Amino acid sequence: MTVSGPAGAPTLQPQLRRTALRGLAGMDRLATVGAVLLALIVLAALLAPLIAPYPDDGGSATHPLEALLPPSGAHWFGTDQVGRDVLSRVLYGARTSLLIAVAVLVIAGVVGVVLGVVAGYAGGWVRDVIMRVTDVFLAFPALLLSLALAVVLQPSVTTVIVAIAVTWWPWYARLTASVAASVSTRGFVDSARCLGVPAPVIVFRHVLPNSLTPVLVQLSLDGGGVILTAAALSYLGLGAHEPTSEWGLMVQQGQSLFTTDWWVVTCPGVAILITAFAFNVLGEGLRARLAR
Amino acid sequence: MLRYLTRRLGQAVLVVAGVVILTFVIMRLVPGDPAVAYAGPRASPAELAAARARFGLDDSLPVQLWSYVRDLLGGDWGTSLHTRRPVRDDLFQAFPASLELVGAALVVAIVVGIPLGIAAARYKGKLPDLSIRISSMLAVSVPVFWLALALQTLFASGLGWFPVAGEYDANLDTTSPLHVYTNITAVDALFTGNWPILLSTLAHLVLPALVIAAYPAGVIAQMTRAALIEESSRDHARLERALGFGETAVLTRFALRPALNPVLSLIALVFAYSIVNGFLVEAVFNWPGLGRYAADSIRSLDTPSIAGVTLLVAILYVVANLAVDLVQGVIDPRVRSR
Repeated sequence: MTVSGPAGAPTLQPQLRRTALRGLAGMDRLATVGAVLLALIVLAALLAPLIAPYPDDGGSATHPLEALLPPSGAHWFGTDQVGRDVLSRVLYGARTSLLIAVAVLVIAGVVGVVLGVVAGYAGGWVRDVIMRVTDVFLAFPALLLSLALAVVLQPSVTTVIVAIAVTWWPWYARLTASVAASVSTRGFVDSARCLGVPAPVIVFRHVLPNSLTPVLVQLSLDGGGVILTAAALSYLGLGAHEPTSEWGLMVQQGQSLFTTDWWVVTCPGVAILITAFAFNVLGEGLRARLAR
Repeated sequence: MLRYLTRRLGQAVLVVAGVVILTFVIMRLVPGDPAVAYAGPRASPAELAAARARFGLDDSLPVQLWSYVRDLLGGDWGTSLHTRRPVRDDLFQAFPASLELVGAALVVAIVVGIPLGIAAARYKGKLPDLSIRISSMLAVSVPVFWLALALQTLFASGLGWFPVAGEYDANLDTTSPLHVYTNITAVDALFTGNWPILLSTLAHLVLPALVIAAYPAGVIAQMTRAALIEESSRDHARLERALGFGETAVLTRFALRPALNPVLSLIALVFAYSIVNGFLVEAVFNWPGLGRYAADSIRSLDTPSIAGVTLLVAILYVVANLAVDLVQGVIDPRVRSR
């Protein structure tokens, strides 16, 4: 239906565009808010060196004379214990947090999907062994196992990524296995087998691409959880260390100043909250849309 | 049912065995020599060798794993390097305090989360629903350690409404000493009629319990809402509406009971999660539970203690999972054939 507008131009196009945009976020306003927030955070992280008012303060710069200044026109979020601009550090902190989130989700996603698709296609004892191993890993709450691992490894951003990835992959393995098992019973897989296509090709060319959607949604839902866990590890001193800008670390270093210089702790804390919120709301919207 | 029971139990035993092996492997990776940590930096080579022999560090790994399993089964969870007491006794003392805190938090989460979930489902798509969805999302997105610091600063250090840290006022130990039975202070105080300590414990519980309650309250509200909405779109709900029941009655009198089933299993699962989340909160409020014990152990690279905490929480999780599955198997026969 092409309804003509006042000037004779068809109004279908903007309507279509609106439908597409709403469809993107599962027709849910809250999820759209999440998507916009997340886009802004990603932009802030990418452009941190350009938009941070004091780019050097994201690293090891110190200005002892400007320590603990309250928020003002020159320092919107105030300054920290050694005089660094808190806004600049929060912006750079977005880089650390998103880097950790992406790295963990990629590693855990790849490991989980590969093991899951093999388990789902092979079935039998292969599936049993892989599933029992995931059960063992799932018995440890993520923070607990990461905690134990982070103690064993040296504290660093890499340690945080490894520790969380180790606890995160079983979820994707389990999810992919159940989807892949049902995909493997479909006709085209049987045909491929009858044609003599080797098993690895069937698994990775035919079963894998058809088992991905639920995992991708779950990955987007988990970004918030990864960021919260990473911040908790850094807060405990098991993750990033000075002079890296990391939100959890910033809270830890400023915690004794909360009563007197609230901005040092409040700003990074709110940054974690908003980022995790954006991920959670967006993921929830995507999942609701997939379920429909 | 018996077959389901044995199969499920067998699975749980396998998982616990795996948990023990994984814990052992992680602990073997620990940098630094546990013998040095135990004997101290100034120990003579002879003392070091004695410590190594005592912990069996000279044996091959499979032998070490075997003796580790044998000791665990015999109730010997090793000796803590920093408290110098058996790990099992340390855990026995610290765990009840964590249980008290997480228990209080879960009560709060249920009392707040379920009614909010019902209200959101009742006013689906309207303002109450939106505000409840946003607040429950915020509750699951807030970093607990930060929320703990914020509430402590605001309501304890700032306004002085609640005590800043600890489990109860230590001065009360002299004026009205507590008889310890369960190690859960609030319970002991209640049953021995020790009102001063009971009141003090409750006051100390408020802030940390609220912080820990945030996450479970959020997920419980979300799950209740989702389950209710699904349940109220089923045929039986249409029949009830046709019979003239109002929307609130359909939700609370008919949809709520079946909808609570997934919520109950969720509660059991967030229990173990909350214990670990509680670690961070215990650190902020100096609560004498597993979290503080774990933090002390981590600081002193105390391998046996870290292994003990890890094992205890993982086993709790397996048991909670098993309990949920068995209860659901009893309630819903379809689960058994899965």
